[in-house]
Amino acid sequence: MNNIIRISFRLLMLAVLFAGIITGCRSGDRKTSREEGPIHSMQDHAAIYEDIQKAEKIFQALPSPLESAMLIKSAGAQFNEKLLNPVENTRNYLTNKSMALNLGIYTCNLSFVSLYDQTQLIINYMNAAKKMADGLGILDAIEEETINRLEENINNREAIMDIVAETFMNSNSYLEENGQPAIAAIVLAGGWMEGLYISTQLVDMKDFDGNRLVGRIIDQKLSIGILLSLLENSKGNPAIDELIEQITRVKLVFDKINLSTSPVRPEYDNTANVTVLKSQVKSDMTPQIFGELATLVAEIRSTFVK
Amino acid sequence: MRIKIIIPFLTLLLAFAAVNANAQCKAFAKRVVLPELGSYTHDGNYHAAILVEGEEAELYKTFYSDMDYRVSIGGDEKIPPVEFVVLDANRNILYSSRENNLTGTWDFKLEASQQLKIVVKVPPSNRAGEIPASGCVAIMFGFRVRR
Repeated sequence: MNNIIRISFRLLMLAVLFAGIITGCRSGDRKTSREEGPIHSMQDHAAIYEDIQKAEKIFQALPSPLESAMLIKSAGAQFNEKLLNPVENTRNYLTNKSMALNLGIYTCNLSFVSLYDQTQLIINYMNAAKKMADGLGILDAIEEETINRLEENINNREAIMDIVAETFMNSNSYLEENGQPAIAAIVLAGGWMEGLYISTQLVDMKDFDGNRLVGRIIDQKLSIGILLSLLENSKGNPAIDELIEQITRVKLVFDKINLSTSPVRPEYDNTANVTVLKSQVKSDMTPQIFGELATLVAEIRSTFVK
Repeated sequence: MRIKIIIPFLTLLLAFAAVNANAQCKAFAKRVVLPELGSYTHDGNYHAAILVEGEEAELYKTFYSDMDYRVSIGGDEKIPPVEFVVLDANRNILYSSRENNLTGTWDFKLEASQQLKIVVKVPPSNRAGEIPASGCVAIMFGFRVRR
């Protein structure tokens, strides 16, 4: 009897410890072998630097599909429905990988049509995203009530954006909470690639120099390392390994672009109550490198949506 | 025989505890941290973890020059108020909440797109001999297009 109590107690302690590990690592990852550069400390920040320890959790945050779509629109791009993944394709996606990729893609498409007030397409793409989420077993991410709320607010862009953000948060957090970080990473990869695909297709080559959309595409050089880190957390999963290989090819093209930023200088704007991070950036993407990037992204994206 | 019953029971207990803690963390983020984004549009990303007093988390994210941003960071009431610092790629501190009355939000915009690092810390407990408290810490971002 004593033995059973002792074993039960040990198992319980093990369970508590394991629960702590699971909950603690849910959205973040234990620190790996990231190299830390030297600290160039400012006098008044010395105490804060001293207090910064090694982080227990690391989050890699990609631009969400909503943010990607907003970047495209804010750069002045025009809406083009032909660039979206047709909703009829939902019936082609039967594997977890294809459903996860296309959950990210359809969420990006949904964000895009929402920002351009394409009312009927908003409903269609929300339903397409719902099919993918349902196929992945994501409970409650997009309920019938969500679709109804969308229909009721179909002419209220801000309300629609809130609903899109909420559904994306629900599906992503569900996957991470239920021990499916690989699927969550695939969803993010799908959304990121779709944003890159749409933006590269929308660039007018006659207006290449100084094109704001080209600037936003160059900025993705800053995020591709984050995407690869996110995927590498699930390395060894065949679906992830294939994605890593594809995204690495895209990174090799981004590596041809030189991007240099001057030191960042924070200045507080008292009128707007906002801190302005002042710096300049220089980059040298040529039309040839852009063409290479656009072709490669289109090729990889076609394997995602086939 | 009893062990055969106990092990599945503990496994179920473990799974329930983990899912319940995660659900509570998400509910906390939605109830407390999300509303602090105010008029900014939530980007849809969700970052949260259970941290113990004295622990830190880091977040890496690219921020774009066309947008205005608000970061909202909060910890549940079981732990001391969380602190955060924002650093650039050269690890220069751009903002510290400790120097700004430990406010949970920071509004900023950028002249050039940057990848920034946000370090969130739960201050260590000063209570000797007590088990450090743990609680949910959530980080959320809102954006709006610059007019």
